Parts: sequence; structure tokens; C-alpha cells
Amino acid sequence: MPQRPLSPHLGVYRFAYTMATSIAHRASGIVLSVGLLLLAWWLMAAAGDEAGYALAVTVIGSGFGKWLLAGWLLAFCYHLCNGLRHLNWDLGRGLEKAEARRSATVVIAASLVLALAFAYAAFFAGVPR
Amino acid sequence: MSLRSPLGKVLGRGSAKQGVAHWWAQRVSAVALVPLTLWFAFQVVHLPTTDQFAVREWIASGFNPVLLVLLVGTIAWHSALGVQVVLEDYVPNKAVKLTALLATTFIHVVVAVAACYAVLRIAFTTLAQG
Repeated sequence: MPQRPLSPHLGVYRFAYTMATSIAHRASGIVLSVGLLLLAWWLMAAAGDEAGYALAVTVIGSGFGKWLLAGWLLAFCYHLCNGLRHLNWDLGRGLEKAEARRSATVVIAASLVLALAFAYAAFFAGVPR
Repeated sequence: MSLRSPLGKVLGRGSAKQGVAHWWAQRVSAVALVPLTLWFAFQVVHLPTTDQFAVREWIASGFNPVLLVLLVGTIAWHSALGVQVVLEDYVPNKAVKLTALLATTFIHVVVAVAACYAVLRIAFTTLAQG
């Protein structure tokens, strides 16, 4: 078989910021796949003994753990918003260049607002923990 | 004019020889994850997560075990499909690609089963304790 370039052949295109939203969708998806491991660990720890759960709480509640959670939260909000943008495209809507650029801006703004709202509720609002 | 052969048109499997099943599964799981993940996020931010008993109570209460099993299963499904596409696109070596695809599938199934087992175990033990 001839050696042809694979489909996302990045080198040949002039950069446009809609490309960045596409790459970020994949990147955030991979980040969330790793986050699934954390979710499974948390559930397993909750089902297990106290020492195991205490370890999970210590790791996830540490400074580094909180930064990871913040990263996952941002990845989730972005992947959710841009995923809705993709589903809209799948219905055949919003595919014109100008519309795609506008929806890219909307997605970035919406995901930042959503992430800040969740971060506020989780980290700063008066939730007993 | 179409360059597709009449047989290719009828089979509808495209250049990847897989048809549209993967594409559809990715969309169906994506649609399911919109309400499931939002429900989970809204619940978790109000959960006293350092308290293991409170967490168990929440996992076991009402319809939550069903939603959590659906959440974990659908995330694993959607994630496996997504990681598969990334590996297919960016890993040129066939042996490495096949190994990575196998590993991805196995890891996703193990993680999903483990997480579902944890949810059901909490639900049933909490039920037994009344």
C-alpha cells in the first residue's frame, strides 16, 4: 500500500483558530478519558475501607489534586460545549465559515463561564465538607 | 458522477470498511452524556466528598445507582470510541497501533466493570443495613 498521509494532515494548512478548537476537543477528550480512571478510583475507594478512602481524599484534596480537578473541570466544560457544537454540525447546521468562527467564540466563552460557575460552587460556595 | 462502485454503494461501508456504526455510536453516547454528566456535576459539587458515609448514602439513595452505572458505562463507551480514533489517526506503526487499541479496549472494560461493581456494592450493602 502506498504511504499516504493520514487524515488530520496538519502541516499543509494555514493556521485558523477554528483548528485550535478542533484540536482542543481531542485533547480535552483524552484528558477526560484519564479522568475516568479517577472517577472509577473514587467509586472503588468509597466502596472499600476507611484507609483507602482517606488516601483517595488526601490525594484528590491535595494542592496538586485540586489543580488536576480544575483542569478536568475545564476539559469537561469545553468538551461538553464543543460537543454540542459538533452535534449541531451533524444536523447539517452552522457549517459556513463565518458561523463556525462565531460558534467557536461562543463555545470558548460558554465553557469558561460554566467552568467558573462549577468551580465557585465546588470550591468557594458555603458547601459543608 | 460518482466514483463509487455499485457494490460499494449498496454495502455502504466506506473507505474504513466499517460502515457508519462507530460514527453513530459516538453520537448516541455523546447525546446520552449531556444530561448524565450535568446531573453528576450538579450533584457532586453539593456533596461533602471527604465524608465516606455521606458519599455512600448519596450513591445508594433513590435512583442514583442506576444513573451512576449508566454514567460510568456511557463514559467508558464514549471514551473507548474516542481514544480509538485518536490512536488510528496518530499511530503509524501497525503493531503498535493494534497493541494500543487492544489495551484501550481492555482498560475501558475493566474500569467500567470495576466502577459499576463499586456502585452496586455500595447500593446493596447500604440496602442490607437498612
